[in-house]
Amino acid sequence: MIVPFSHVLILAGILFVLGAVCALARRNLIMILIGVEVMLNAAGLALIGAALKWRQLEGQIFVIFIMAVAAAEVAVGLALIVYSQRRTGTLEADRFNLLKG
Amino acid sequence: MTLYTVIFYLLGLVTVAATILAITRSNLVHAVVYLVVSFFATAMLFYLLGAPFVAILEVIIYAGAIMVLFLFIIMMLRPEKSPVKAGTRVRRWLPALVLAGITLASLILLIVAAPGGATPLLLAAASPREFGRALYHHHWFAVEVASFLLLVALVGALYLGRRDTGTAAGSLEEQP
Repeated sequence: MIVPFSHVLILAGILFVLGAVCALARRNLIMILIGVEVMLNAAGLALIGAALKWRQLEGQIFVIFIMAVAAAEVAVGLALIVYSQRRTGTLEADRFNLLKG
Repeated sequence: MTLYTVIFYLLGLVTVAATILAITRSNLVHAVVYLVVSFFATAMLFYLLGAPFVAILEVIIYAGAIMVLFLFIIMMLRPEKSPVKAGTRVRRWLPALVLAGITLASLILLIVAAPGGATPLLLAAASPREFGRALYHHHWFAVEVASFLLLVALVGALYLGRRDTGTAAGSLEEQP
């Protein structure tokens, strides 16, 4: 035996919350994207644990699709960051205030 | 308390510690390198939980491709250090930490109270052969959709990353 299933879920939950804190508290666009990556990774950990608990391969297969979605999201997200840095010259999310009166 | 249990808790500790270090760094390159450590430890956790093929893909795709893409972008853009005013750091982190703490506490309570959570996981491993067979026999259509998604992301990234040749898009640059 390894560990109870709930410990895997708690570890995944801690990682997910850490990613959410990173996306909420940091102001740099790249750090926000990194927070989203950590959250996706935590979801993958929970799915792997569930695949082991119920002895079904669907959990592992789903992690493959999460990886594909993460790769696509990072590609488009970083392209958007490069684009906005070219237009505004900054990476700080606080400085995107063109509509401010 | 077997050896695998000890390894699980050690790897979990490494993952959480590396992630905490990563999300608090002010230097982006340091953050990405700590995140690579975190993803390596997660890959070892995947291996321990019976998914060797997914563990290899985690190292190749997450720790390899995605993190190197981040490094490329960081070194290309060379983001400036933003001056942090005194007091903003607390004002910035406190709401996020409070919200996350409440969410995590209720999540842990729900997980502990759920039935069947205490059943110990037994060792097992899915060989890459079984994994590939299950993937391409039952979920081939999802694989096609994922490949199409990657193609769309490629086209979108190319479109967003191209150099502007016209004058229409540059009109906002003079804004303060």
